[in-house]
Amino acid sequence: MVELTPDETAILQGERGPGLQFAARIVTAAAQAVGASRLVEITRAHVDGCLYHGVASLDFARRLVEGGARVAVPTTLNVGGVDLLHPELWRGEPDHARAAAELMELYVALGCTPTFTCAPYQLADRPGLGETIAWAESNAIVFANSVLGARTNRNGDFLDIACALLGKAPYYGLLTDEGRRAEVMIDLSPVGERILASDGAAAVVGHLTGLVAGDRIPLLVGLPPDVGEDYLKAVGAAAASSGSVAMFHVLGVTPEAPDVETATGGRPVERVVFDRDALIAARDDLDSRTGDRLGAVALGTPHFSLEEFRRADRIVREEGIRVPDGFPIWINTSRTVLEQAESEGVTRSLVEQGARIVVDTCTYVAPLMEPVDGVVMTNSGKWAFYAPSNLGVEVAFGSLRECLVSAGLGRVWRDPEVWGA
Amino acid sequence: MPRFRVLFAGEAEGPLLRLSEPLSFWGGYDPHSGEIVDRRHPDRGARAAGAVLVMPAARGSSSSSSVLAEAARCGKAPAAILLGASDLILPVGAVVADELYGVRIPVLVGEVDGLGWENGTPVKVGRDGTVTQARP
Repeated sequence: MVELTPDETAILQGERGPGLQFAARIVTAAAQAVGASRLVEITRAHVDGCLYHGVASLDFARRLVEGGARVAVPTTLNVGGVDLLHPELWRGEPDHARAAAELMELYVALGCTPTFTCAPYQLADRPGLGETIAWAESNAIVFANSVLGARTNRNGDFLDIACALLGKAPYYGLLTDEGRRAEVMIDLSPVGERILASDGAAAVVGHLTGLVAGDRIPLLVGLPPDVGEDYLKAVGAAAASSGSVAMFHVLGVTPEAPDVETATGGRPVERVVFDRDALIAARDDLDSRTGDRLGAVALGTPHFSLEEFRRADRIVREEGIRVPDGFPIWINTSRTVLEQAESEGVTRSLVEQGARIVVDTCTYVAPLMEPVDGVVMTNSGKWAFYAPSNLGVEVAFGSLRECLVSAGLGRVWRDPEVWGA
Repeated sequence: MPRFRVLFAGEAEGPLLRLSEPLSFWGGYDPHSGEIVDRRHPDRGARAAGAVLVMPAARGSSSSSSVLAEAARCGKAPAAILLGASDLILPVGAVVADELYGVRIPVLVGEVDGLGWENGTPVKVGRDGTVTQARP
């Protein structure tokens, strides 16, 4: 049974309005389902419900708005169904675009900030170590838990906004010390540092991690100590796609894994070892192509960071990449990062080479890409995992540099200096 | 008499439909037809609208709550859902279906392997989590 405070009981009985009552019903039902004994206060929320899934999405948000509900904590929004800043990119039904846009506006009316990004951890104001939050979006959840050391469970549609309105979440699982211990050790030391240090390896490591860990918390061993946030973003997004990983530790890198003892809580865990061949097999598992002819490049899933724009700009200029006219390079990012990147001047070289920059949404959920003649190359494990079924395209997987060089060549190019001949 | 833990309470009656593998409602359940549409699922093509749906576990996406609510709006939701392992995504969808559309889809968890009935057997779910064969 969930023990409610007098205040929570009053809300559940409707004393603070029907909107908040509805939210409290959802949060307590979830708490009961997972066996939580109480609710706990959160400091912020990230909401995924603004992505349109049908009329029920709109009916739900309208009911909350009409019920007078407002978020109780600072709340960011995940991607929506349309790019509100570049509506001309839309290739689907106009009615669908209108409904998707209306849904995004309803969530803003509930008091959420119109960030529309799947990478809220790239915003300046983000949660820190030990903070209890309620985030949705699998890649954001895994990043918050693993890299920031903030604490969130996997909150799905409806529950995410309900927690934001109530300012509370069911207390269980990843919010507790006990629920954050590593349950399986994945040792990548035999792969070798040259491959592991490459940004292209990150998503592959994540893909393999998700397949091995399932819904367990893995401890990764053997990664270079200086891997950055973009690398860890790619690991988490891929692991949350091929598995249900909501948190991972990297020995000596992530905040709750200074040593094996701390990460595992001293308990013995299963240990799995992988070598270079296993990693190459996982890389090829992300590759669904039957040919090498390239039709498009898709970057920025999760949303491209400012640092990724800087790197892409450097690669295009230093390698003298010339992309054929009309060849599309799609880059998803947030409106916040795009503004920063534009003011730094690091988007210019990319746009000159045909880059189409999308904000507020993502090319694997919104109908933006025209029919592609050839395979689509991506540096994202998540995009590679979902696009074949969502969009019906063949995917080639590669690092950022491999993607950009390939765009210039018009065919899939593999970097022999990283993977070996 | 089999008794389940109640994740979302309600009364329901319908033909039993047992899935051999976990299903993600998002991408796996068509809310407009009530059909299992996951290409990799062994029970693809089965009609789950109005059925007492039994499965070992819910799988995958956190957007499954939205799909369950949308199915309720379209009148194509299962009558009840019996799970072998606890889950919070489907009970949340059931709360929303009830609140928005007045459609009550009980969600229960327990020993689904102990249910010996054949597919199609009329089954009744009680508010207290009891599951019995309905009179024909």
